[in-house]
Amino acid sequence: MNARNIAVYIGGVLFGFGLAYSGMTKQEIVLSFLRLQDLGLIFVMGGAAVITFFAINVVPRFMKAPMFGGVFKPRVSVLTRNTILGAVIFGVGWGVSGQCPGSAVASLGTGNWPVIIGLMGMFLGAYMRGRFIKG
Amino acid sequence: MFPLGIEPYLIGGILTGLGASLIYIMTGLHATQSSFFTTTLSWFSKLAHFQEERNIKERDWRLILALGLISGALIYTFTFSPTGLWVTGVDLWRLALGGLLVGFGTRLSNGCTSGHGISGLASLSTTSLYAVLTFMGFGIITAHLLQFLGVV
Repeated sequence: MNARNIAVYIGGVLFGFGLAYSGMTKQEIVLSFLRLQDLGLIFVMGGAAVITFFAINVVPRFMKAPMFGGVFKPRVSVLTRNTILGAVIFGVGWGVSGQCPGSAVASLGTGNWPVIIGLMGMFLGAYMRGRFIKG
Repeated sequence: MFPLGIEPYLIGGILTGLGASLIYIMTGLHATQSSFFTTTLSWFSKLAHFQEERNIKERDWRLILALGLISGALIYTFTFSPTGLWVTGVDLWRLALGGLLVGFGTRLSNGCTSGHGISGLASLSTTSLYAVLTFMGFGIITAHLLQFLGVV
């Protein structure tokens, strides 16, 4: 393991701990947000985005480059029809199951074994996107 | 609006953000999750879509990131968690069908709740803002529709 991968692992541990702490690894809690019964999810995504905003926009003013190589580059992308069409399909799947990629993966660490079925679906869906859609 | 209070959500969100920030400051990588499926499939599929150079380059650290997420949730389960091990009661057909749509949709949209919702919004990307509003809107509509149809 090089320094970069160790940093990714440790950051991942924090990320997964945070997702579990916030209850996002429980599909029932995510579904209660989407039914507008418990709006806490806004604070999870918002809290994480605000902290990460400082890392992406403020920290690079004081550091030339990331500590273990690579470059500082914000995550911006071009808006296409697929951005929106994909988000529609993702939203429907999110509403059906209460699962999203990160929370589903982390959820395995809480012993939530049925989500293995959901993750198999995600791999199949990602495969179908590569198999049937160009670009 | 907040039957469980705000603290667990806010503290969890801040910890999640600190994880993503640590990774960005140390490596310049964005700790986004849905690409994990595409890069991992590059080990199994010869399709050009999966064999793109950046998928091959990213597949190691994305797998390590996923293992980190599982480890972090495992640590929580055996330390702070009031319930310990936990298993969802959501029907398997919903997990399977929802998972399929989540995998297809996030990869078509090039981002998920972490890619668009955390890293994209933190980068002030308008593309990500439109994506977040779209998947939130359709998630809310779908959950209400299922509830209306009596699927609980």
